[in-house]
Amino acid sequence: MLPHPFTVERVRRETHDTFTLELKGTNGIGGFSFAPGQFNMLYRFGTGEVPISISGDPERSDTLVHTIRAVGTVTESMERLKKGDIIGVRGPFGRGWPVLEARGCDVLIVAGGIGLAPLRPVMYRLLSRREQYGKIAILYGTRTPSDILYSKELEQWRSRFDLQVRVTVDRGEKDWKGHIGVVTTLIPRASFDPHEAVAMICGPEVMMRFTIRELEKRGVRRSNIHVSMERNMKCGIGFCGHCQYGPTFVCKDGPVFPYEKIEHIFRIREI
Amino acid sequence: MHTLEPILTEHPFLKGLNHAYIQLITGCARNVRFEPGQFLFREGEEANEFYIIRHGRVVMEIFTPERTAIPIQTVEEGEIIGWSWLIPPYHWHFDAQAVDMVRAIALDGKCLRNKCEEDHDMGYELLKRFAHIMEQRLQAARLQLLDVYHPHSGVAGPSARALKNKKR
Amino acid sequence: MKPFFIIHRNSLDSLFGALVGRNFTLVGPTLRDRAVAYSEIATVNDLPFGWTDEQDGGTYRLKKSDRQTLFDYAAGPHSWKKFLFPPALQLWEAERQIGPHEASPEYPPSHEGRGEQPRYAMIGVRSCDLHAIAVQDKVFAEGSHRDPTYEARRKNLFIVAVNCSHGGGTCFCRSMNTGPRATSGFDLALTEILEADRHVFLAESGSDRGAQVLREVTQEEAQESDIRAAERITADASVPMGRLMDTTDIRGLLYNNYDHPRWDHAAARCLACGNCTIVCPTCFCNTVEDFTDLAGTRAERRRRWDVCFAVDFSYIHGGSVRSTIRSRYRQWLTHKVATWIDQFGTSGCVGCGRCITWCPVGIDITEEVREIRANRPDDRKTLSEVGHAHT
Repeated sequence: MLPHPFTVERVRRETHDTFTLELKGTNGIGGFSFAPGQFNMLYRFGTGEVPISISGDPERSDTLVHTIRAVGTVTESMERLKKGDIIGVRGPFGRGWPVLEARGCDVLIVAGGIGLAPLRPVMYRLLSRREQYGKIAILYGTRTPSDILYSKELEQWRSRFDLQVRVTVDRGEKDWKGHIGVVTTLIPRASFDPHEAVAMICGPEVMMRFTIRELEKRGVRRSNIHVSMERNMKCGIGFCGHCQYGPTFVCKDGPVFPYEKIEHIFRIREI
Repeated sequence: MHTLEPILTEHPFLKGLNHAYIQLITGCARNVRFEPGQFLFREGEEANEFYIIRHGRVVMEIFTPERTAIPIQTVEEGEIIGWSWLIPPYHWHFDAQAVDMVRAIALDGKCLRNKCEEDHDMGYELLKRFAHIMEQRLQAARLQLLDVYHPHSGVAGPSARALKNKKR
Repeated sequence: MKPFFIIHRNSLDSLFGALVGRNFTLVGPTLRDRAVAYSEIATVNDLPFGWTDEQDGGTYRLKKSDRQTLFDYAAGPHSWKKFLFPPALQLWEAERQIGPHEASPEYPPSHEGRGEQPRYAMIGVRSCDLHAIAVQDKVFAEGSHRDPTYEARRKNLFIVAVNCSHGGGTCFCRSMNTGPRATSGFDLALTEILEADRHVFLAESGSDRGAQVLREVTQEEAQESDIRAAERITADASVPMGRLMDTTDIRGLLYNNYDHPRWDHAAARCLACGNCTIVCPTCFCNTVEDFTDLAGTRAERRRRWDVCFAVDFSYIHGGSVRSTIRSRYRQWLTHKVATWIDQFGTSGCVGCGRCITWCPVGIDITEEVREIRANRPDDRKTLSEVGHAHT
């Protein structure tokens, strides 16, 4: 339960309410290995602790990267961190995305809003072993053009010939020439083999529900759909009971679940 | 003059449609092109056509005096725009503007309506395809309405409001 | 067959002495605030002598008994979990240090589960509570992560169980297969036998250290008649047992009835006070809170029991997942008797009845389960079918 002190190496502003921290271990803590989709508990001295997914490159274990949305006291205080500041880290926790199981398959990544952050490590992993996967499509939807996360990286990825990158916004802005419409409208346009595709979805629950419906329409097997769930978390290790989701603990049985495993409770209200 | 029939046959909206119907529809079709910024149609105008997009992106907008044009949705290659020609009084409910150069096939609504009245089987086939698109757009509009990425839209219910100011 | 021994009422103190001699802190039932409460004890005189109780939904009343017994009452408002899983605990503290970056001098945190943990000897643990301890063992000491405080205290623990002679008004251990007779999980188990001319305890050991202690305290082997008397006593305890719960496929029952109208019925009465979670011997939910001193130089993290009936228990940015009392009561009950089985391979309910007695409005877990079972719509769709209906 002890947070390890990490030093802030860099703070990068992403959008008006999101920022990325690059952290390095102190006190001789060197590498930090994690699986794409896992999360850490980040602690701000005296203020509190929050669960944040890891959004860096799993191959680069020297730097720990977290993209955070400032929506509460703790995350807002983290927004004020500067290079050289110390932050506490516990983790990594949870089960991640099925990047190994997806080898040999087409991969469909559907992200909504800040939900792109826990999927970015998947992208790094897929691209570092590009030959092991079939078609890869990233479908990303967010609120407005100025809410687009990692826009430079998305641009770079879009310029590759071996990737489909589609970005949409719920609300257009004046100079936006791109797609307008919810992320589910991108699904019929993506090119993949529904019978051999593994889908990884992260975003607000309602967005994931609509997305799954659209994927099923295209014939993607339920057993190949994976979702990342969010619940209140205090401990990260299954002691505190807060993150219960039906019979599961999101912190240790998730946050990534095969849709099949939670399908029976996925649409039950207030579970 | 070459016919539009092969293009219509291949378009996702009409794919799989009986060949005889395609021929009938081809009789109501013409090739059109819009420059970036050009309007396909405007709100309130008579809806005499609908468009099968072959290339480019069209934005559907509603104009408000306070916020100028609010873009609602974009449609692209492989999709269609417009069903007001099907529903009386046959007027457009929004503006449609080309974002970039748009190539499309315009189908004459009156001509199609007549053909559908004459041949209900064809009418039903077409209506099914439109119903599918209407359903998709309705679902999308509902999801859009939820504004799901807004920080305080994650969870509905009274507590969302109660806790809104109790930030953590 | 294990030999049974006899400890006389007057030599019970020598048992306590043997435990104190082994550096145990004795904790057991005492009278406090007109209830039986577990706290530190020194001698037999601290136990509730000649008392019994009456319990029902929302009702608890201590009564003078006409029998001069020490253990003739059912579970009180306390459970033993407070000794192993303290209601409040400092997890660690950290001091702000002036380091290389003067602008950002911080910590590191120190001491986790360090410091000596108490060595408790629990006197008078009932069979249901032995099972409750075993349930919490699975949560805190048998998973992939272990709680150091719990583990240390649990390792030190010495348990003297007492077999029930009195079936409480809200008890249903028989339904949960958790009593009334203690069968394992103790160092010593006692059955109180009060006859016209003698007051003794039939004692058996459940561990090597239990056997050692027992040898020090008594040499008197039990007679066949004593053993039969003790058997009669525990058998009697289950005859007037106040409650029953049919646990047949209880997981399936609850998983198929998330939308049962009965939840509204419970929600209309439930005050969301959380009493049931506090008195429950297995409820383990907790939260952590971070503090600093005014100068901002010292920080600490404390853990305390939490209550799943609180609105912000399920808070994620934007709001609470379980915003209605209906969903929170449903979560508590479904977790207790159904999802717990998936999580830990055992029911979270041991049938002690505390949640029924201490509910201020008398909501009864056995009644709720019974009503859900009795009024299932016959043509109910399966969950997955319900899940896929859309408009």
